[in-house]
Amino acid sequence: MTTATLSPTDLSKAALFEAQAVKTSARRNRLLSLPALIIIGVFGVLPLVIICVYSFLVAAPYGGVQWQFSTDAYLNFMFQRDIFDDTLQFTPDFLIIYLRSFLFAVVTTVICLLLGFPTAYFMATRPPAQRNWWVLLITIPFWSNLLVRTLAIMFIIRDEGLINNALLALGVIDKPITMLYTNFAIQLGLLYAFLPFMVLPLYSSLEKLDFRLVEAAYDLYATRRQVLWRVIIPLSKPGIIAGCLLVFIPALGAYVTPLILGGGIHLMIGDLIAQQFGSGRNWPLGCAQALILMAAVLVALYFYVRNTSGKVQHG
Amino acid sequence: MGIAFENQVAAPQLPSRPGCGDNQTGTHLPKRAGSLNGVIVPEQPGKNAIEVRGVRKVFGTGENQVAALDTVSVSIRENEFFTLLGPSGCGKTTLLRLIAGFDFPTAGEILLHGQDIAPLPPFKRPVNTVFQSYALFPHMTVAQNIGFGLEMLGKPKAEIEARVAQMLKLVKMEALKARRTSQISGGQQQRVALARALAPQPKVLLLDEPLSALDYKLRKEMQIELKRLQHETGITFIFVTHDQEEALTMSDRIAVMSAGKILQVGTPRDIYDRPAERFVADFIGETNFLPGTVLSKQAGVATVKFASNATIAAGYPEGFDPTGEVTLVIRPEHADLVSDPAKGTITGTLSNIVYFGTDTHYHVKLDGGENFIVRHQNSRSSPVTYETGAKVGIQFEEGAARVLKD
Repeated sequence: MTTATLSPTDLSKAALFEAQAVKTSARRNRLLSLPALIIIGVFGVLPLVIICVYSFLVAAPYGGVQWQFSTDAYLNFMFQRDIFDDTLQFTPDFLIIYLRSFLFAVVTTVICLLLGFPTAYFMATRPPAQRNWWVLLITIPFWSNLLVRTLAIMFIIRDEGLINNALLALGVIDKPITMLYTNFAIQLGLLYAFLPFMVLPLYSSLEKLDFRLVEAAYDLYATRRQVLWRVIIPLSKPGIIAGCLLVFIPALGAYVTPLILGGGIHLMIGDLIAQQFGSGRNWPLGCAQALILMAAVLVALYFYVRNTSGKVQHG
Repeated sequence: MGIAFENQVAAPQLPSRPGCGDNQTGTHLPKRAGSLNGVIVPEQPGKNAIEVRGVRKVFGTGENQVAALDTVSVSIRENEFFTLLGPSGCGKTTLLRLIAGFDFPTAGEILLHGQDIAPLPPFKRPVNTVFQSYALFPHMTVAQNIGFGLEMLGKPKAEIEARVAQMLKLVKMEALKARRTSQISGGQQQRVALARALAPQPKVLLLDEPLSALDYKLRKEMQIELKRLQHETGITFIFVTHDQEEALTMSDRIAVMSAGKILQVGTPRDIYDRPAERFVADFIGETNFLPGTVLSKQAGVATVKFASNATIAAGYPEGFDPTGEVTLVIRPEHADLVSDPAKGTITGTLSNIVYFGTDTHYHVKLDGGENFIVRHQNSRSSPVTYETGAKVGIQFEEGAARVLKD
């Protein structure tokens, strides 16, 4: 009993205690992650499941669904059933709206990147005390509602708006330039709405950039252009990727901007889907459209991330 | 006892065989600052690689103006290992950055082989830098890092590859050429940074405290490595450090800087044995400062009287005229302890004995109240042991004392 050596039973007891400790700590960890899992489940997975299920049902005449399996929603996306002989005819209407939305989103992303990069670079190269003020300025638009800000753009670009009135008063033009309810208006609205989402991740990436590397590149005979392409851009790739995703995906599904600035004439995906749940009274079609959009984005994302990341590694 | 002291006296002269740099005697590391690189480079009127003429650099505007460099002039010869030595904030890095082109001087000229390069951007100067932080590109491999400069110069691919291979061999990094810079150790990163800066064959290589991030052993190795590289490439090295030992062991010449000014330029031996100013003596190595009164002067040697009425002959720098109350500078290793106080030039009480392995420091509280340190090299045959509290005398070697400007 008093010997210092441990008997086999002591050892197995110790192992048992240890195993128990591991088990309890694992259980506690699971318990701690429960709130997050509940939120993801209730607000993420469950709606997606509902959308998925609804997309395979039949639309009820006054909104809602009838519990009857059907793939019509997906067929209706690209084809129209002939009223008389039930044959399917190819109708690219929705596809055109999708393509136009993609185009808008791509242009928005590219222009946001071109404008956002110099802006973020400027912010990141200010003295540290100044930088927070610049970040604050960039985030000021978020303090008011997007709807209000979009309406404000409307007042600026409409025929009797600020720009046209100013140009008329200056005598540059003699009749107002139509800007509202055009593709230009939608594009402008999208750029305005999403530029901060590009600037902020770019800024956070550039702020972490070691500018001694820039000096080193200059020292090694790189011109300013070469420094930008060979050092700054490769090293800020994580920010570029994040910024592009944060702009592209919401721009693709934008709803308020095209609705107000496009006047409902130039539809984007968001408006189309909203229509199915409102005046269209075709919930299954809306669900199918939403899922098709999601699938398209996921595929695009997969290729985008695979082609841009991986090559970058931060030391 | 006498033998031991002779040992100590003789030590500094031993390794000073001309032409025998420490790069060839890799195992023979300096036992004491200044003892190894006592090779005096003859004052040859070689061509100047870099000439800094009346350069001033002022940071800030208005009332916040700070002169980081206050009208500095210095010439750095071709194929020279030149060190800018000084405490942090003395302007040594600023001077280096002006030569590299990262900053531009407020006034003055910087000549590279006689041509003013002060207004040129860094990518137009045939000068490369090894950064303190190495600043290796994290998104490139070791080989890509080394080839970057050549690539930017638009060299043909085959030439770049050959040169990178040569550089990898020079810094012994062939095996790791495909690694990312985040996957190699600090010492290896240091080598890559060196290879990257040397690859474009610059006229002058600038090194901004490149060894400060390495641990002691690695730093010693890299010191030897750097000397070897400088020897093999024949490129002028301008080395910035705050480490006096590093400066003494590696440099052909040293410029000691303080508060934006160059106080003294000379060989390590010049700087150590004949410091021009009190700051230089204080900054380089350990030094004792003692008050005294000048009695007479003759041919660069002053006779100075201590408070105890004992006198000593002390040299002084050219162009300096010591009179009245002065401060004497005596290196700890140029003084000896004697157990009989009557035999010492000055006397005191032993207050502390600090053992350093290679040598022992004896802290003596002088009868006049000052503290004095005597350094004694340890040897197997040291016959005398002292006890703290003992009354001791201190003797000086000939030429040990110098009078300096304050």
